[in-house]
Amino acid sequence: MTITTLKPDTDAQLADAVRWALSAGESLEVLGSGSRRGLGRPVRTTHALDLSALSGIVAYEPEELVLTARAGTPMALILPLLAERAQHLAFEPPEGGTLGGVIACGLAGPRRISAGSARDHALGMAGVSGRGEAYKGGGKVVKNVTGYDLPKLMAGSFGTLTAFTELTVKVLPAPEDTATLLLFGLDDVAAVGVLDRALRSPYDVSGAAHLPDGLAARSTVSALARAGGAVTLVRLEGFGPSVAARVAALREELRADVVLDAPESRAVWREIRDVGCLGGVGDGGGSGAGPGPLPNPPPPSAGEGADLYARLTPSPAPAGEGWGGGQGGQGGDTPHLWKLSVPPASGPSVVAAIRRTLAVEAFYDWGGGLVWLTAPPDSVAAIRRAVGAQGHATLIRAPDEVRAVTAVFQPPPDPLMALTRRVKDSFDPKGVLNPGRLYAGV
Amino acid sequence: MKMPVPDSGVIARRRAIVEALRAIVPGEGVIVDEAELRAYECDGLTAYRQLPLVAVLPSTVDQVSRILKTCQEMGVKVVPRGAGTSLSGGALPLADGVLLGMGKFKRILDIDYANRCAVVQPGVTNLGISNAVAGEGFYYAPDPSSQIACTIGGNVAENSGGVHCLKYGLTTNNLLGVELVLMDGTIVRLGGKHLEAGGYDLLGIVTGSEGLLGIVTEVTVRILRKPATARAVLIGFPSSEQGGDCVAAIIAAGIIPGGMEMMDRPAIHAAEAFVHAGYPLDVEALLIVELDGPAAEVDHLIGRVAAIAADKGAVCTRVSNSEEERLAFWAGRKAAFPAVGRISPDYYCMDGTIPRKALPQVLTRMTELSARYGLRVANVFHAGDGNLHPLILYDANQPGELERAESFGNDILRLCVEVGGVLTGEHGVGVEKRDLMTDQFDAADLEQQQRLKCAFDPDGLLNPGKVFPTLHRCAELGRLHVHQGELRFPDIPRF
Repeated sequence: MTITTLKPDTDAQLADAVRWALSAGESLEVLGSGSRRGLGRPVRTTHALDLSALSGIVAYEPEELVLTARAGTPMALILPLLAERAQHLAFEPPEGGTLGGVIACGLAGPRRISAGSARDHALGMAGVSGRGEAYKGGGKVVKNVTGYDLPKLMAGSFGTLTAFTELTVKVLPAPEDTATLLLFGLDDVAAVGVLDRALRSPYDVSGAAHLPDGLAARSTVSALARAGGAVTLVRLEGFGPSVAARVAALREELRADVVLDAPESRAVWREIRDVGCLGGVGDGGGSGAGPGPLPNPPPPSAGEGADLYARLTPSPAPAGEGWGGGQGGQGGDTPHLWKLSVPPASGPSVVAAIRRTLAVEAFYDWGGGLVWLTAPPDSVAAIRRAVGAQGHATLIRAPDEVRAVTAVFQPPPDPLMALTRRVKDSFDPKGVLNPGRLYAGV
Repeated sequence: MKMPVPDSGVIARRRAIVEALRAIVPGEGVIVDEAELRAYECDGLTAYRQLPLVAVLPSTVDQVSRILKTCQEMGVKVVPRGAGTSLSGGALPLADGVLLGMGKFKRILDIDYANRCAVVQPGVTNLGISNAVAGEGFYYAPDPSSQIACTIGGNVAENSGGVHCLKYGLTTNNLLGVELVLMDGTIVRLGGKHLEAGGYDLLGIVTGSEGLLGIVTEVTVRILRKPATARAVLIGFPSSEQGGDCVAAIIAAGIIPGGMEMMDRPAIHAAEAFVHAGYPLDVEALLIVELDGPAAEVDHLIGRVAAIAADKGAVCTRVSNSEEERLAFWAGRKAAFPAVGRISPDYYCMDGTIPRKALPQVLTRMTELSARYGLRVANVFHAGDGNLHPLILYDANQPGELERAESFGNDILRLCVEVGGVLTGEHGVGVEKRDLMTDQFDAADLEQQQRLKCAFDPDGLLNPGKVFPTLHRCAELGRLHVHQGELRFPDIPRF
């Protein structure tokens, strides 16, 4: 399919592009760096709206705990800048892509249990709605209840409501030190019980995960790779003396087998965040079959001056930075990656219910409340049946053609779906922005 | 402050409306007697009063749903109310509106330690949740100063904060789910016991929506393990600028205290005269920094904070060495409002947020405004997150003083916006700051927010006259203006 990419340099051009699409009856695939095109349902449009030129830090004030950046600013620019001042985005987002993409996809890592998600750190936004109107919401200070909290709605909206121009996020001090307690050989139920005890303790646990037998062996961290079975992980972060004291106390209380030092701890939680042991989230085009990130536009040669349209060449997604990378196959039998959000104590029973009918590999984060799971194709009904109404399941990694015909995000009950449609219409009545990315017809 | 002109047609149909409500809520649950309705004529913003058309106190979700559906069918406005502690007039009744009181929803439904959450009805008080889980060493983190009285339903509506929210977040950061009834009677559940609700973050929008989007009938909150210890440092500075510098330096050192409060000279003196907390009276700014968490961490950070304070020119620094001493440090701050009430017949509490670096500039301008309006002002300040609470001292019995106090307050809030801050950090817009919204937001910003309201309440019947200075019909807001062929489209780089 030929895709024309519109790449505005200014907010005014962005508004023009959306208004043009409205008037022409076209719709737009909204992109930052394009690194997460494989998340959500594939968007079938003839035009893409590339926001990567809207890039740059607008204001960074460490003492105010606030950073404002253009939506297309690469995370690779923001994270080192924060690190220079010993700060970070506490919700532990992935390192690639743009700030706009991270917020739009609502991505958060293991620290979600203690620090919240992208939505908890989105303070302010500006952008252009699907009506072609520039507007702003929220503010640029850490505490604000003035008007509706639009930045929260934008987090996880997958670009279906507004094309962002600017975002303000809360930034926090990065922990000075970190360590991870490991417990070996627990089954899923016992492991989540241990994580529960850790999370109920007064020791400020900031990571609580369990890798069942077979998955820990895929880690690059030797203590996990050599464990020879399941590994349960509890992370402690903060000031040096505090981490040392809490490690000592909790190690005793949980009877932990091993303590990982800071470098190993950071490595293992990065792997957990990136779902390395199940082949990575494949944030390009699923298992490599998707369109992948947009290539940089070629500079128009002299002869092409009159025709700025150029054909986008699909390029393969980058190889996942996984542990074993064992999921690289392209065949129709390649397992799909699912993300289940459930009450933490229910994690093991949900997985057990799924296992009764499907051969799956699964591990737990967020104290059991987040289950990453690979399952054979065509497992959607069985997985959603097991989750029931107590949470929801999202198909994260599967080929485009699968995601195009699957309810990637669990459809809400009818009254909530009707409200969801009305919310979409209030920002984008003609379905100009990322139509169908979240739900078919929304 | 002008409220929407009451619809005389609706008022004329009062008898029919009351009958319809009585068919849903039997007996004393429908209140029509004027003397009884007085109890609902205002909330914590007592300067504004209005008797509602009728008050209804449902006790089941089904009743709430039928009340709303009936009101929508009859074209009657509805004003929701929790405990009525709003400081911005969020629960101010309408002469042509039904007041919907949620006070009968008082049950704690489920305490689930394994999932570290509690499911409660909206009329449970904020402190009631913490008390219910205290036995197991847990608590609910947001702690607005009205926590003895205010309800969790109201906290959701206002996105309430408290002194600990820099570290632990506002209400919105501590919720997992709600059950919500829309104006047409539809019941939806947003979130649950799982950490991430799917789809659009409607829970995030409903939280802090000031009763304009729906009626919350059940709330699932996160509960946290109580910090093992807490210690406080009391620090005095010869200038507010040095106090502000100290706050910035503490945060720059990577320390996020559990609480960090600042008071200016008038507030210090009023508080000390009232509770004799032992505050120094020869300083311009007093800082209370509370560190909570594991004992090893608190002991480590207390030393660092004291060192930073010395470096920033503190003239007195006291570290609490017992729980009694810690509570004594807080006693003056917690009594600051009534303390100011002792030195002035009335006071008006403001609530803006500023970037902290603008503090000296804002305090200087506030002193100038104080002289111009001829009204004193005392400042207490959630220093960690830049949330100001100037208390304007006035006497309502002096003709014109209330109006002067309001004008002074409006100037302070405009100043907050001017320096890059916002109109309200935790009290909400309500009716109080409604007409200042245009100082912070453009017309396009407000119209988009109102379009979002239309998705929940297309007839604009839920709590109209709050938050938005101008009411628009949803049909008018929804109109699209598309101009074919008039676009500067060729300017956009295309590939």
